[in-house]
Amino acid sequence: MTPGLPDAEGTLAALAERMRGGVAPDAAFVGIYSGGAWVADRLATMLGAGHRVGYLDVSFYRDDYERAGLKPNARRSALDFDVAGATIVLVDDVLYTGRSVRAAINELFDYGRPAAIELAVLIDRGGRELPVEATYVGARLSVARDLDIVLSRAADGTLALAAEPRVAR
Amino acid sequence: MRITIEGGRVVDPVAGREHAADVHVADGRIAAIGAKPAGFAAKRTLDARGLVVAPGLVDLAARLREPGFEHKATLESELEAACAGGVTSLACPPDTDPPLDEPGLVEMLTWRAHARHRVRVHPVGALTRKLEGAEITEMAELAQAGCVAFSQADRPIADTQVLMRAMQYAATFGYRVWLRPQDAWLGRGGVAHDAEVATRLGLAGVPVLAETVALATLIALARVTGVALHVCRLSSAEGVELVRAAKAAGVALTADVALHHVHLCDVDIGWFDPLARFEPPLRGTRDRDALRRGLADGTIDAIASDHAPVDDDAKQLPFAEAEPGATALELLLPLTLKWADEARVPLPRALATITSRAGDILGRANAGRIDVGVPADLCVFDPRAAWRVERAALRSQGRNTPFLGLEVQGRVRATLVDGEIVFEQ
Amino acid sequence: MTGLARNPQLDANGGLRHLLTLEGLPAAVITRILDTAVPFAAIGEREVKKVPLLRGKAVFNLFFENSTRTRTTFEIAAKRLSADVINLNIGASSTSKGETVLDTIDNLTAMDADIFVVRHSESGAPHLIAAHLNATGRSHVHVVNAGDGRHQHPTQGLLDLFTIRHYKKDFRDLSVAIVGDVLHSRVARSLVSGLATLGTPDIRVVAPRTLVPTRVEATGVRVFNEMHKGVAGCDVVVMLRLQNERMKGALLPSTGEYFKEYGLTPEKLALAKPDAIVMHPGPMNRGVEIDSAVADGERSVILPQVTFGIAVRMAVMSIIAGNPGPRE
Repeated sequence: MTPGLPDAEGTLAALAERMRGGVAPDAAFVGIYSGGAWVADRLATMLGAGHRVGYLDVSFYRDDYERAGLKPNARRSALDFDVAGATIVLVDDVLYTGRSVRAAINELFDYGRPAAIELAVLIDRGGRELPVEATYVGARLSVARDLDIVLSRAADGTLALAAEPRVAR
Repeated sequence: MRITIEGGRVVDPVAGREHAADVHVADGRIAAIGAKPAGFAAKRTLDARGLVVAPGLVDLAARLREPGFEHKATLESELEAACAGGVTSLACPPDTDPPLDEPGLVEMLTWRAHARHRVRVHPVGALTRKLEGAEITEMAELAQAGCVAFSQADRPIADTQVLMRAMQYAATFGYRVWLRPQDAWLGRGGVAHDAEVATRLGLAGVPVLAETVALATLIALARVTGVALHVCRLSSAEGVELVRAAKAAGVALTADVALHHVHLCDVDIGWFDPLARFEPPLRGTRDRDALRRGLADGTIDAIASDHAPVDDDAKQLPFAEAEPGATALELLLPLTLKWADEARVPLPRALATITSRAGDILGRANAGRIDVGVPADLCVFDPRAAWRVERAALRSQGRNTPFLGLEVQGRVRATLVDGEIVFEQ
Repeated sequence: MTGLARNPQLDANGGLRHLLTLEGLPAAVITRILDTAVPFAAIGEREVKKVPLLRGKAVFNLFFENSTRTRTTFEIAAKRLSADVINLNIGASSTSKGETVLDTIDNLTAMDADIFVVRHSESGAPHLIAAHLNATGRSHVHVVNAGDGRHQHPTQGLLDLFTIRHYKKDFRDLSVAIVGDVLHSRVARSLVSGLATLGTPDIRVVAPRTLVPTRVEATGVRVFNEMHKGVAGCDVVVMLRLQNERMKGALLPSTGEYFKEYGLTPEKLALAKPDAIVMHPGPMNRGVEIDSAVADGERSVILPQVTFGIAVRMAVMSIIAGNPGPRE
């Protein structure tokens, strides 16, 4: 754990509390690979209300392809339910510029037209470049621009947050 | 004009020696080597200190592209290239358009060449009409018009009966027959040495058998017909072995190798480099090594530049579609020196492959000689001067050669034909 | 000694600039393409079978040799990446007008092509084009070899590798038999290169001596002239298409004799491992190289190959087009 960063597990619990009662009972959770997928799994378990979980890899929808090329290790998106007409809670670990969320929304629409999309994030670090706001936030932070907030998962599923110098891509 | 070439090292390939001496030229001939003859007053003195004074080079295969392929090269451009390369006598193969199968064409070529330049151009007549391998040409007429030998260039005679008769007829008059051993069928459609590289690159192969099967036939026919056979452009280790055995058995034959095959092999094709497209194809390293050994021990008599100017449009094509051949007149000397250096062959013996022994094959007694009384065809060169092979550095209209970018040693400083300076730098 | 000694398909950083051959392509690059094809394969199952990666890019299908099937798979792949696709069947027409391959390329590059998908009857044509683009400062234009002469068909090789990995998971203990006209087959050359790079221990080619290339052993394969020995104990049997022009003449006497000796029948397939899969690059000659009972049987993965082929081509195009190179 990096000093100055909140505890991931505590933040996750706070996020789950904020969502409880707010999220529609039939909403599906869709985590954005890779951190968002872990958070979505944990939230579904913690809420215990039988929310379906899907996963998106937004590599094919990123807007930095022209500049940086295709990211290695693209994964298969997996949405094992009908997106058309569904209420979806997009889940990500860190909300920053809003570009990943934009890509995820675009990708969701290629599966069908959802009834509604909400957004749940563990950390909102500000710095938006697109008009995107989260419906549910675990914690809000202010972080230097040259740092990345990185979520990791231990073998037992425990989540942890760390700040790392930004790697130019 | 009376010229003294002063202070150079004279290389005599026939005597097999080199020594410091002045060479005095008068009335188009070598008047003396060494001491100045009594009363000799040179009008011009060439300072040859540090330079080699050798006989003018004799090239057994230089395509001048006239008539028929003037877009690739002209007599002007190629004879300039010959002078710059120190070549004073050259044989041009009959694969012009139309082929050199009529006396009129041969006369026209020699007349046009002579009108433009002093370099000695020796046409090689077609052995069969249109090189089609069916009917023999009027060899006596062609010889009178100036043909030094008869050949099929790169088009083999498939019909062995025609081949035998052509040899019999040529032998009747004592004409030389220059043939490239190439089976008409075994290498059909092939563009590269039939081995690992061709298999990897998916290029149709020309097996070594295409050379050896044809060569065995040529040797058997030469033995029976008694024709003076010259085997052109040997490419394989097995081919060298056949020639060696035939010579040992007393068959009267000579052989040459193309300049490129002395240095390159199929690996140099790289990723389909059309500059490495040749006929016969570049073969394996083992073959190249055998060719070099054959040259060193005299099994192979001569190196031919196999000069073939090819225009960019014909070269910048997928490998199999690219026209074979490369510009080479200006590289004959430096690349022969490179071989001599690498193979540790003494200079007089190395130069013999592109002077006196080539001259013997040409049947011109004075060609490639440096003796008192013979016409002063001379090549004065700096054996240590290095230069880089670049398109802009070439005088030939053909700028395509796989040696582009290579740094070579050996630069011609002056070329004399009939005692006249035809090139100087 | 020559200017083309370095393969022009990789840039100075080892990135994939063009896809010309699988020979010498590092295992990491091959694996990355196969891995990237996995999520692309899933796109075909969605409502909208498109992703926006190549939006605004122009893919020119440049077919100097006709092949509707290959052209179509590239077209679908490019369209699923949202590229604009321009099909050009050049055939013999432009050469008869005296225009060279490189003239054609210069003209089309001036029309802002981003990717050339090149099929040509001569080995090495895509290399010539790629080297020309690199040498003239246009390395941001990419070339994908869609089959050149008898040299390589790298996207076919990759889809074959993808298929084998899909069913067999790992290459490191596999026996793969490639049966048929290896001499003229670009499919075989690509597959052999890829299999060898990925560490396949037993690669066999099975053919009569007239259809085995000289010194093919040097590429890392074992040669079998008898079919029953060649397929014995194999995990994968790849049947090659026999071109019409080879069916009689001096290479083979007849299709009947060929089928009898080298055609894949249920009896011959029974000699392979019980879970062996059967592949074919298509189009098949039923009753010449393969029996219908095998082609349509449960061990056949010939139709999945076609599906995977689209995903693999999407992966290739999105990886090379995402490697922009220096713009002049």
